[in-house]
Amino acid sequence: MRELRLLHDSLLAATDDPARLAKTAVIVEGRPYTYAELVDHALRLAAALRARGLGRGDRVAIYMDNTWPCVVSIFATLIAGGVFLIVNPQTKADKLAFILDDSGAKFLLSDAHLAKEYGAALAQAQQRPATIVSGDAADGAESFDAVVAAAAPLAGRAATIPLDLAALIYTSGSTGNPKGVMQTHQSMTFAAGSLVEYIRLGASDRILCALPLAFDYGLYQLLMSVRLGATLVLERSFTFPAQVFARMRETRVTVFPGVPTVFAMLLAAHGREPLLFPDVTRVTNTAAALPDDFAVRLREVFPNALIYKMYGLTECKRVSYLEPELVDAKPGSVGKAIPGTEVYLLSAEGHDVPPGETGILHVRGPHVMLGYWNRPDLTALMLKPGRLPGERVLCTQDHFRMDAEGFLYFVGRTDDIIKTRGEKVSPVEVENMLHAIDGVREAAVVGVPDELLGQAIRAFVVLKPGATLTDRQIRAYCASHLENFMVPRDIVLCADLPRTTTGKVSKKLLLEQPPA
Amino acid sequence: MPSDLGHIRDKVRGYILQNLLFTDDASQLPDDVSLLERGIIDSTGVLEIVMYLEETFGIKVKDSDMLPENFDRVDSIARFVARTVDAK
Repeated sequence: MRELRLLHDSLLAATDDPARLAKTAVIVEGRPYTYAELVDHALRLAAALRARGLGRGDRVAIYMDNTWPCVVSIFATLIAGGVFLIVNPQTKADKLAFILDDSGAKFLLSDAHLAKEYGAALAQAQQRPATIVSGDAADGAESFDAVVAAAAPLAGRAATIPLDLAALIYTSGSTGNPKGVMQTHQSMTFAAGSLVEYIRLGASDRILCALPLAFDYGLYQLLMSVRLGATLVLERSFTFPAQVFARMRETRVTVFPGVPTVFAMLLAAHGREPLLFPDVTRVTNTAAALPDDFAVRLREVFPNALIYKMYGLTECKRVSYLEPELVDAKPGSVGKAIPGTEVYLLSAEGHDVPPGETGILHVRGPHVMLGYWNRPDLTALMLKPGRLPGERVLCTQDHFRMDAEGFLYFVGRTDDIIKTRGEKVSPVEVENMLHAIDGVREAAVVGVPDELLGQAIRAFVVLKPGATLTDRQIRAYCASHLENFMVPRDIVLCADLPRTTTGKVSKKLLLEQPPA
Repeated sequence: MPSDLGHIRDKVRGYILQNLLFTDDASQLPDDVSLLERGIIDSTGVLEIVMYLEETFGIKVKDSDMLPENFDRVDSIARFVARTVDAK
């Protein structure tokens, strides 16, 4: 067998394996597609992208739902020697335009039903990527199906080596604008292999993915599945849980990845009408801590499953996991470093931290990002010199504690990023949007505890004199400019914002204020 | 007597406009547009609609009824409500 050096090597290896080609690669909302179809469509789209000018290292923005064209686009971009970036389909025009410009994307691949947003984004973007859309193409965009059908499969391989970029993964940052995490073929191939190992996945697994492919947790379900020659059961979202549950039974899903909000919804549904998934043998959680009592109740729903508590950040994909056999013995812990990597805690001064004391988590391994695209300033904050000459390690800026046996416990963040429904939200990004509303003098955004969401977004808004905005009008503006999960749940209109002695808005005092 | 579908549809559309789109402009929400594809609903949006329907129409929505064919369009929500009310 050939070495798996590039992220798409495992897919192309299927061409030498008739059994693999005949196997179902992806089931998209109930419709199965074989590995043969995936290889064929990806090679055709790769050829079409090359014929339209895609060069080595060029970026391809994929602004799509969890669909078959999205899966094809990811692999086609890699095969063609490009770098993919997936933009959450909930993203609105302004942010999409920013990402298109920031990444310098040469192509935009999208869905016709997102035309309103991508059309507005293209109108304001500095550069106009060539656009290919699935569904009814209009306004100068080419039809995805027609492009794939008209192209012959790409012959020959791109010049890509493992050190080349495979993806930019955009993530919210405390500065307001999203930033593109640069990941190479080497780092993503390594990370997928490490995950597959500790989650104990194999070719016979059927892995559910109802998380957005724009979220690296969703994306890696696909990458792991294709790496193994397993089957991915791809759903658009968890919006209709009953549909996802029906599909899980129908396709006998064996792996269920979720975030705490998904598990909270699942357990609430279980409370109303009992749920039972005996085929599921692995359940994974990340993005936010899984409450300890969830693990107990999840065993009623998944009696045959190992339950994995994990911790990670996009900058290195995943940091740690707790061996499922230790869930009861190590409550509250997110375990140890994933295979092939190591972690350690340092004080703010850079000294080793003794067991039991809080320190800043550092991560060392081949999964660490190359940096942030176009942002050497932000990269310098996160990547620090390591112990070997020239080496860079990831300083997560998160506070952790480690017990005497080396198990990690999350203590807190050093920034004010809000985690809601498993998504990272930058308060600055929401505040910037609120400040753009005519009539708003000032706004401050905080995250408040919420049982279902983890944290809910609360905005305190001060109006200009004479302005008559209502909280509903403010939410309407937010809903048309921000992803749904970023729209504040609570808008609190107030006369002024509390300040620190230096005149800065005090988030701490805001958190102590009653909701309305 | 069968339920008044038009009346139900107006109430459902009104609720979604007010509470999920935060507007009074009915042209923002044609009866046959996919709420999911337009990004109008997500998992919490569906739960909000279900709570509204249960309170307003005195029906009980089972988890197994919360499917796209019942909830992805104003039209389909209205038909679902009418069917459920009539079956009571």
